[in-house]
Amino acid sequence: MTTLPAKTDKKLGLVIDLDTCVGCHACVISCKGWNTENYGAPLSDQNAYGADNSGTFLNRVHSYEVQPPGDAAAQLIHFPKSCLHCEDAPCVTVCPTGASYKRVEDGIVLVNESNCIGCGLCAWACPYGARELDQAEGVMKKCTLCVDRIYNENLPEEDRQPACVRTCPAGARHFGDLGDENSDVSKLVAERGGMDLMPEQGTKPVNKYLPPRPKDEMPEFDVLAPFLEPVAEEPKGFLGWLDKTLEKL
Amino acid sequence: MNQPVIDLSPKVSDEVRKTTCYMCACRCGINVHMKDGKVAYIEGNKDHPVNRGVLCAKGSAGIMQVNAPSRLRKPLKRVGERGSGEFEEIEWDEALQIAADWLEPVRQSNPEKLAFFTGRDQSQSFTSFWAQNFGTPNYAAHGGFCSVNMAAAGIYTMGGAFWEFGQPDWDHTKLFMLFGVAEDHDSNPIKMGIGKIKARGARVIGVNPIRTGYNAVADDWVGITPGTDGLFILAMIHCLMKAGKIDLHYLAQYTNAPVLVINNPGGADHGLLMRDENGKELVIDRATGKLTPFDQPGVKPDLAATYEKDGQTHRPVFHQMAEMYLDEQYTPENVADRCGIPAKRIRAIAAELARVAFEEAFTLDHEWTDFRGEKHAQMIGRPVSFHSMRGISAHANGFQTCRALHTLQILLGTVEVPGGFRFKPPYPKPATAHPKPHVGLTPGAPLNGPHLGFTHGPEDLALKEDGTPARIDKAFTWENPMSSHGLMHMVISNAYAGDPYKIDVLFMYMANMSWNSTMNTRGVIDMLTDKDENGDYVIPKIIYSDAYSSEMVAYSDLILPDTTYLERHDCISLLDRPICEADAAADAIRWPVIEPDRDVKGFQSMLCELGAKLNLPGFVKEDGSQKYADYGDYIVNHERRPGIGPLAGFRGENGDQAGRGAVNPKQLDQYIANGGFFVEHIPAGSNYYKPWNMAYQDWAVNIGIYDKPTPYLFSLYVEPLRKFQLAAEGHGDRQPPDHLRARIKDTMSPLPIWYSSEEDNHAADYPVTALTQRPMAMYHSWGSQNAWLRQLHGHNPLYVPTRLMRENNLSDGDWAKVTSPHGEITVPVLEMAALNDNTIWTWNAIGKRKGAWALEENAPEATRGFLLNHLIHELLPPKGDGLRWANSDPITGQAAWFDLKVRIEKAAAPAESQPGFAPIKSPVGQGPKDLTWKVGT
Repeated sequence: MTTLPAKTDKKLGLVIDLDTCVGCHACVISCKGWNTENYGAPLSDQNAYGADNSGTFLNRVHSYEVQPPGDAAAQLIHFPKSCLHCEDAPCVTVCPTGASYKRVEDGIVLVNESNCIGCGLCAWACPYGARELDQAEGVMKKCTLCVDRIYNENLPEEDRQPACVRTCPAGARHFGDLGDENSDVSKLVAERGGMDLMPEQGTKPVNKYLPPRPKDEMPEFDVLAPFLEPVAEEPKGFLGWLDKTLEKL
Repeated sequence: MNQPVIDLSPKVSDEVRKTTCYMCACRCGINVHMKDGKVAYIEGNKDHPVNRGVLCAKGSAGIMQVNAPSRLRKPLKRVGERGSGEFEEIEWDEALQIAADWLEPVRQSNPEKLAFFTGRDQSQSFTSFWAQNFGTPNYAAHGGFCSVNMAAAGIYTMGGAFWEFGQPDWDHTKLFMLFGVAEDHDSNPIKMGIGKIKARGARVIGVNPIRTGYNAVADDWVGITPGTDGLFILAMIHCLMKAGKIDLHYLAQYTNAPVLVINNPGGADHGLLMRDENGKELVIDRATGKLTPFDQPGVKPDLAATYEKDGQTHRPVFHQMAEMYLDEQYTPENVADRCGIPAKRIRAIAAELARVAFEEAFTLDHEWTDFRGEKHAQMIGRPVSFHSMRGISAHANGFQTCRALHTLQILLGTVEVPGGFRFKPPYPKPATAHPKPHVGLTPGAPLNGPHLGFTHGPEDLALKEDGTPARIDKAFTWENPMSSHGLMHMVISNAYAGDPYKIDVLFMYMANMSWNSTMNTRGVIDMLTDKDENGDYVIPKIIYSDAYSSEMVAYSDLILPDTTYLERHDCISLLDRPICEADAAADAIRWPVIEPDRDVKGFQSMLCELGAKLNLPGFVKEDGSQKYADYGDYIVNHERRPGIGPLAGFRGENGDQAGRGAVNPKQLDQYIANGGFFVEHIPAGSNYYKPWNMAYQDWAVNIGIYDKPTPYLFSLYVEPLRKFQLAAEGHGDRQPPDHLRARIKDTMSPLPIWYSSEEDNHAADYPVTALTQRPMAMYHSWGSQNAWLRQLHGHNPLYVPTRLMRENNLSDGDWAKVTSPHGEITVPVLEMAALNDNTIWTWNAIGKRKGAWALEENAPEATRGFLLNHLIHELLPPKGDGLRWANSDPITGQAAWFDLKVRIEKAAAPAESQPGFAPIKSPVGQGPKDLTWKVGT
C-alpha cells in the first residue's frame, strides 16, 4: 500500500483533441523512441521480426467506429491513450513496494523501477489499461509525461514538452498545468468542453479529452438555396445574363 | 513521504545532426541525436519549412530503419536460378565491372536495349541526366503508376497541381475540400494544415469512399462511389455556372475562357484556339470590341463576345463551357445515383462553395501589377481550397477528373489568390515551359534531350520513323499520348513480350516490381523467370539497386546495395521535386550523419563511378578520368546551366548568393550549418497571383527559376488535347492506328468530361469496387522491416462494409474469396461501417513474401497479409475485339489501380492468405528475436 500526496503543487497533464487526431501514430512512435533511449529501462520488443510480435508502448492509439442514431453516416474516432496521471491514482495506492508514486510538485505518476517487482497489481488496478509490464526488464512501464524532457536544461526551452506533444503533426496534443485555471490548457478545456475519461471510476484523471465537433451537419440545401439561384434556365439565357453582368464589371 | 531523486536534466545527446527524412516523399527536416557516434533519437526540425518540428510515426521510427536487419551488406551476384535467392557476395570492383561489361556493348550498339527505371527515386534530375548521357530513351521513375494524372492534368490546365506543386493557403482558407486523398500524399503538411484550420473553425469536407485518416476528422464526409468524382465535380460546376457563382473577372483576365475557338467544321484547325501571327491567343477586347492578343496593355478580354469571319461565328471557350456544363446530363438529379450522393447534398455542397468563395471574400492590402501592366491596389481572396491525390488519379478517367477539379477551382477564382490554392516555386510553370519528350538516340552518344516532358500535339509523340513506339514503355504514343511520367508498370511486360522491342538490360532502383509495385504480381514473377527456347532468360540481364532485402532482389542478377537515408548525400533540388512553400523557394540535402557499417554505396555515388567507367560524357573529365568523386561532389560542382546547380542556396564563391551563382566548394558545409536546408522567401506582394504577378515573375527570374518572365493564361480549354482529336479525325501527317481513333476522339476532349470504365472492368459480373490505401505509419513496403511500425500494421484485413458483411454472412475474422476478372485471393475480413457500402479496401503493401525483408517466414505479413495486386492486370479483360487494351488512362497511361471490380464471397479459412508463394531465400538472414534498444549508457 502506497500513499498518494494529499495535494500536488501542479497538475501537469495532456489535453488531447479528438476533433483533430487523424490517428497517424506519430505520438506513439515518438514516445517509443524517446523512452527507449531515456527514463529507465528501454521499451523492449519481443519477436521483433517474427510472428506474435509485441513490445512495450507508453502510449497507443485505438480507433473506434461510432454509429450515430438514425441513418447518419458512421464515424471513425481515433483515441490516443496513455496514463492520465489521476489525482486518485489507484495504481499508486495498490503498489506493494512503493515503486509507484505520484510526485508532489507536479502530480506526475511515476514508477521507480529499482523498487518495482513487476507484480502487475498496478496494471490490474488501472481502469484505463495505461500500464504495461516490460517483458525484458520485468518492470512496469508507463507514461512519465517525459519528466526527463519537461525540466531538462539540456534542451532548448521550447522543446521542454513531452515528445508526443512536440511531434504531433495535427496539433492535437497539448501539455500544461491543469491545476491552473488560467493556463492555456485549462482555457482550452473550458472552451471546448474537455472531458474526463470514465469519471465514474472516481480516479479524477488529470488528462482531458476534447470531444469531436458534431459531424455531417452542413445546412440542408433549402437553407443554402439562395446561393445557387439560377440566373437563367437555358444556356442561351445564361449567355444573356453573362452579357449583362459583364457590362457591370 | 520520500520521493526518489531523479535526474530531470539528463544529457540528451552528444551532438545533433540535421538532415532530411526519407521515410516517405514529404522530406521533412529531422534532428538526429547522436550518442557515441550512433543514432540515439530522431525528432522533427523546428526550423524546417516542411514540418516545423513535427514528425510522423515513420520519421520517428527511423532508428529502426537505419538498423534494420534487412539491410543489404555487399554486392551480390546471382548463382542460382532467378527467384531462388541464391547469391554470392562479390567485391564492388567486380560488381561494377559486370555492370559495365553488360552496359558498354548496349551503349555502343543500340542504347534502347537498356531500360533504366528508378522507382521511388528522389534524385530524378540526376538519374535522368545519367540516363541521358548513356543515350537510352528508356528512363522514368514511378509517376506512371502513382499520380501522373494529377500532375499532368494540373500542369496542362494551370501550370501545377497539388502537393509538391502547391498547397492550400492554410492561413486564410475557410473551406477545405479533399478528394481522394489516402492517408499520405502528403503527410505532415496536410495534418498540420488540417489541425491549423480546424483550430479556427474552418470546415473540412472529405470526399472519399473510405472514412479514415483525414476523412475521419472531416466535418462532412461524402462516401462517393469510386471513379465518379469527375461526374460529381461536373455537377457542381453545372450548379455554379447556372447560378452565375463563378468569378467572371478572374476568368476573363487570367484564363483562356475568353479566347476564341476556331469554328471551321471539318477543317484541320477546327477547335483550335485563334492566334495571331506570333502564336498569341486572340480575344475580343471589351473596351474596343476588337480582336486583340490576350496580353496587350489594358485589354479586358470579353467572355461573351463572338467573332464573325469568313461566314463563320467563332466563339470564346467560355461559350463552349456554358453549352457543355449547363446541359441536363450534369444536373445533380441526373448524377446522384451514379455518384451515390443525393442530389440535395450535391447542391448543398456547391452552394457552400459559392457562399464561402463569394460571400466570405476578403482582401489583402498588397499592391501588385499584372502582366498587362494593370496595377491593383489589393488582392482579392476567396477562402476555398482543394487538395487531391491518387484517389481520383488512379482511374482510367483520372486525367479528365483531375482536369475537372482544377476547372472547378478556377471557375471559383480560388487558384493563386489569398485563401485558395497556392503554387510553390518552381511552380507556376505552364506545360509549354517544360521540355518535350526526347527519344533521339545515337549509339555511343547521349540522347538528344530530356526523356520526359509534355506533348503538345502528334508531332511531339515518341514514335520511330515506322510509327512504332520509341520507348519500351510505349510512353508518348497514340495509346497514351500525354504520358508525362512514363509507364514504369508496363516495362517488364513489354520487355517480356518484345513489344515494341526486346531489351538486353533491365536496370532498376527502389522499385519492388516482383511484388507490391506491380500489377499482376504472379504474372510478372513468371515474366522475370521465363526462358526462351535457348534456355536463356527472356529478359536477359537484370541489375537492381536497393538498400534492403526486398522481394525484387531474388529476381535480379546483380545487386548493387544502396545505403540507408542517414548514410548518404542527396539533394532535394529545385531542378526536381523541391520542398518549397507557397511563400518561399527552398531546397535541402541529406548528408552522411553516420557512415555505413556495411560494404554499400549510395546509388547515385555508384552511378558517378559507373558513369565514368562507361565513359559517359557528363561523368568524365576531359582527360577521361572520373568527373565526380561521389554524389556529394556532383551536388556541389554540377551546373545545369551556368550558375544554376542542383542546390540553389549558398552559391557563389563566398556562399552568399541565392539561386544563381558560381559553384561554392563549401556549399554542403553551409547547408549543414543551416540545418540541412535553404530558404529564400518571396517578398510580400509577390506571393499571390504568381502566374500573372510581374513582381513574382521578376523574383523567379532573379533566383533562376525562369530565364525570362513567363506569364500565361490558365487553360480551361487544353488545346493539345484537341490536336490529338484532330489527328484522330484524319487531319495531319501523323495518324493514329484506326483502332485507336474512336477512343482518342471520345476521351481527349479539350474541356473536362467524365466517362465510366465499369463496363471495361466487367462491373455487371464484378459489382464491388476494391481499393487500397497506404497507412500513415508505413511507407510502401519499407515499414514491414521496422520493428516498431510493424507492431502497428503487421497484417492487413480486408475491410468490408456492413451491407456486404450481412449479405455474405460474414463475421469479423472470417475469410472471404475475392474474385476479379483476372484472379482471386482468399483473405481475412473485418467489418467497417464508415465505408461506401459497395466498396471493400485494404492497406497497401503490408503483405510480404516469405523470406523477404529479413522477417521470419511465419510473420503475419506473410501469413495473413496480402496484396490486392494479384487481382489487377496491366491489361483490361478481353473485349472480344481481338485486341488487349491497357488498364490505364488512355491519355496519360496512368495505371488504373482504382478501377478494380470484384466479387466477394465467404470462404473456408485457409491456413494462410491465398495465393501463397514459396519462401525465397534471404540474402541477409533473419532479424534478432528480441530488442532492448538503447545506444547511450
